Amino acid sequence: MTDLSQTPAAAAPRKHGGSLLEKSSRTRKRNAAETRFKAYGIAAITAGLIMLLVLVTTIVGKGTGAFQQTFVTLNVELLEAKLDKKGNRNIEDIKKVTTFGYAPIIKGAMETAIEELGIETGLKPKELAGILSKDVAAQLRDYVIANPDQIGQTVEFRFLASGRVDGYLKGRVTRDSIENDKNISAEQLDLVDALAAAGVLEKTFNLDFITGADASDARPEAAGIGVSMLGSLFMMLVVLALALPIGVAASIYLEEFAPQNWLTDLIEVNISNLAAVPSIVFGILGLAVFINYMHLPTSAPLVGGLVLTLMTLPTIIISTRASLKSVPPSIRDAALGVGASKMQAVFHHVLPLAAPGILTGTIIGLAQALGETAPLLLIGMVGFIASNAPETLSDGLLAPNSAMPAQIYEWAKRADPAFYERAWGGIIILLLFLVTMNTLAVILRRRFERRW
Amino acid sequence: MNDMTVMDKTVETQNIKIAAKDVNVYYGDSHAIKNVNVEIEDKTVTAFIGPSGCGKSTFLRCLNRMNDTIDICRVKGDILLDGEDIYDKRVDPVQLRAKVGMVFQKPNPFPKSIYDNVAYGPRIHGLAKNKAELDEIVEKSLRRGAIWDEVKDRLDAPGTGLSGGQQQRLCIARAVATEPEVLLMDEPCSALDPIATAQVEELIDELRSQYSVVIVTHSMQQAARVSQKTAFFHLGNLVEFGPTGQIFTNPEDPRTESYITGRIG
Repeated sequence: MTDLSQTPAAAAPRKHGGSLLEKSSRTRKRNAAETRFKAYGIAAITAGLIMLLVLVTTIVGKGTGAFQQTFVTLNVELLEAKLDKKGNRNIEDIKKVTTFGYAPIIKGAMETAIEELGIETGLKPKELAGILSKDVAAQLRDYVIANPDQIGQTVEFRFLASGRVDGYLKGRVTRDSIENDKNISAEQLDLVDALAAAGVLEKTFNLDFITGADASDARPEAAGIGVSMLGSLFMMLVVLALALPIGVAASIYLEEFAPQNWLTDLIEVNISNLAAVPSIVFGILGLAVFINYMHLPTSAPLVGGLVLTLMTLPTIIISTRASLKSVPPSIRDAALGVGASKMQAVFHHVLPLAAPGILTGTIIGLAQALGETAPLLLIGMVGFIASNAPETLSDGLLAPNSAMPAQIYEWAKRADPAFYERAWGGIIILLLFLVTMNTLAVILRRRFERRW
Repeated sequence: MNDMTVMDKTVETQNIKIAAKDVNVYYGDSHAIKNVNVEIEDKTVTAFIGPSGCGKSTFLRCLNRMNDTIDICRVKGDILLDGEDIYDKRVDPVQLRAKVGMVFQKPNPFPKSIYDNVAYGPRIHGLAKNKAELDEIVEKSLRRGAIWDEVKDRLDAPGTGLSGGQQQRLCIARAVATEPEVLLMDEPCSALDPIATAQVEELIDELRSQYSVVIVTHSMQQAARVSQKTAFFHLGNLVEFGPTGQIFTNPEDPRTESYITGRIG
C-alpha cells in the first residue's frame, strides 16, 4: 500500500507501448491468429456442407428413378383352350398351368396390340414379349387363379416393361450400350419408341417399389422395398420392447441405487466400451447365442431385433444416465425431505423430469439400429428374398425376412444396373425414416425440456 | 456489531426433543463432526452458526438422516428423537423424515403445481382420506407457510414460477404439510432478498409455537433475531451452546467471541 505514493504515475515506464489508438505488434499478431482460426472453422464447415450437398444431390439424382417405372397397357385374351382345357373352372386344374403355359397368351396379346396400333416390325412373337418383364406371366397367373371366372374374357392389364426397356426410357440404357446385350436388340427399342409414341407404354409413379417385395436377379423391375421395410419395423418393435425397459431400469439402478464401488465402476466402463464395439461383433454374438445355441430361426426379424437390442442398449443406458444425472439433486433432496422413499423420489420426480432425455436417446438408438447392416449379415437377413409380406405378428417376427439397409446392400451388389438404381431409391426411403426419427427426437427434446 | 440487536428472550425450560450424544461424522477419511453433544428443546428455535465448512449443515443433515444418501458418509454416536435412537437399525429413514421435515438452502419446489407441491407429502404418507381432506391440509399448510393469500387463486400454477421468497415459503408449507414434529432449515434465507428474508424469519417465529425448529444460518443477525438457543460450531467442534442472548452478549469461549465480533470466519 505504501509504494503507491512513492512512484508518481507519470514517471513509470509505460509497459504497454504507445497510444491506444495504434495497435501494437503483439495485438496485431493475436488478432491475425484469431481471424485465421475463424477462417479455418468456416472452411471446415463449408467443406462439410459441400459434401452434404453432393451426397444429397447424388442420392436424389440417382434414386428418384426407382420411384418411376415403365408400364405397358395391354388387352389380354384369357384363352380357355390354354388355361382351362377341361372347361370346368376347377381351381386345381387351373393351378396346374405353370407360368410357361401363359407365355403364348402374352405373345398373342403383344401381337394383337401391335396389329391394332398398325406398327410395322420384323420381330418374332417371342422378341415382342421380350420387352415385357419376366414377372408378367406370374402376374397373369395370379390374376387368373384369383378370378377364374374371367377365363375366356379379354381383360386390360398394366404390365411391367423389362428392366432394359425401363432403363432405355430413363436414359440408363442407350442404343450404343446394348450392342453386346443379348436381352434386348435395336429393333425392340424401335418397337418401344413406337409403343411409347402410341401411349401404350409409359413411365409412371411406381407404388410397388415402396410396398412390394424383392425380386430375383432377372427381374429388377419387379423389386420393391416394402417387405424388408416390414422386416425393419418388426425388428424395431423388438428393440423398443426390450431395449427401452431394460435400458431404463439398468440406468436407474446404476445411477440412483447402486453403491459406488469398483464393481459399479467396472460395469460403467464396460457399458461405455460396449457402445464402441463394432456392430458385427454383436452379429456374431447373435449367431452364437440366439441361432446356434437357442435355435431360433435364421433370418427372422426376432433374432435381428434381439441382436440390435444388444447393440442399442449401451446407447440407451448412456443417454438415460446422462439425463438422470442432469436432474438437479435438489429435487431428490426435496422428495426425500418430505419423507418419500428413494424409489418414490425416483419414480415420482426424477424419472418424469428425465423422460424427454430418455425418449430422445431411445429414438436416436432406434435410428442407429434401423440403419445397421453388419450384424444382419451374420444372422442371415441379407441376401434372402422375401416374396410375401408377413400377415400375422408371429409371422412378422419369425418368418424369414430382410431389413431395409440389408436390402439396399443386397441390391447394390447385384450386377444389373437396374438394381443399382433401386439401391439409391432404397437409401432415399431409409434416410427419410432416419430424418423423421431424428426430427421427432429434436421436437420432443424442445417441447418437454424443463429449465430450472 | 453495533447494529446487531439481541433481544432479551425468556427461555423457558422445555422438553428435550432431540438429544445428540458423542456424535462423530466422517466423510471418507475426513472427520467432519467431532464429539458433538447437544440437546434441542421442543417448541424452540435453535440456531447453528459458524464459519463455512464448520460442519453445521452436516450435523443438521444427520438429524433426519439425509446424510444416508451420501455413500461415503458415516455417522457414529447416538441421536435420540424423543428418546429413540434414530440410527437404530430398525428405524426406517423414510418414517423418520416424515417426523423431521427439512427446508433447504435453495428453494427447491417440484416442477409441479403449487397444490401438488404441498399435497405430495400428505399423499405419500396417506394423511388424507379424500380430496376434501387433502384440500384442507393444503390450505392449512399454505396458511402456516404464510403464502396462502398470495397463491390461493393460482394453486394450479407451477411452483417454480413463484419468486424466490415465495418459493421458499412454499417449501416451508410443503415441509409442514406432513405434520412433522421437528423442522430443520439449512440456510433457508441465503438465496433470498432482505424483504423475503424478513417474511421467512417472521414465519419461523410463528412456527415455534408448534414445532421444534433448527436453523443453520450464516447471518449472526438472523440467529440473534429468530433463535432462543444458539450453537456455535468451529472446525467440526461444537464450541459453545446456550441461550442466544448469552452467546451473543457474554460468550464463554474466546473462539465464539472472535467469530461474533468478526475476527474469524
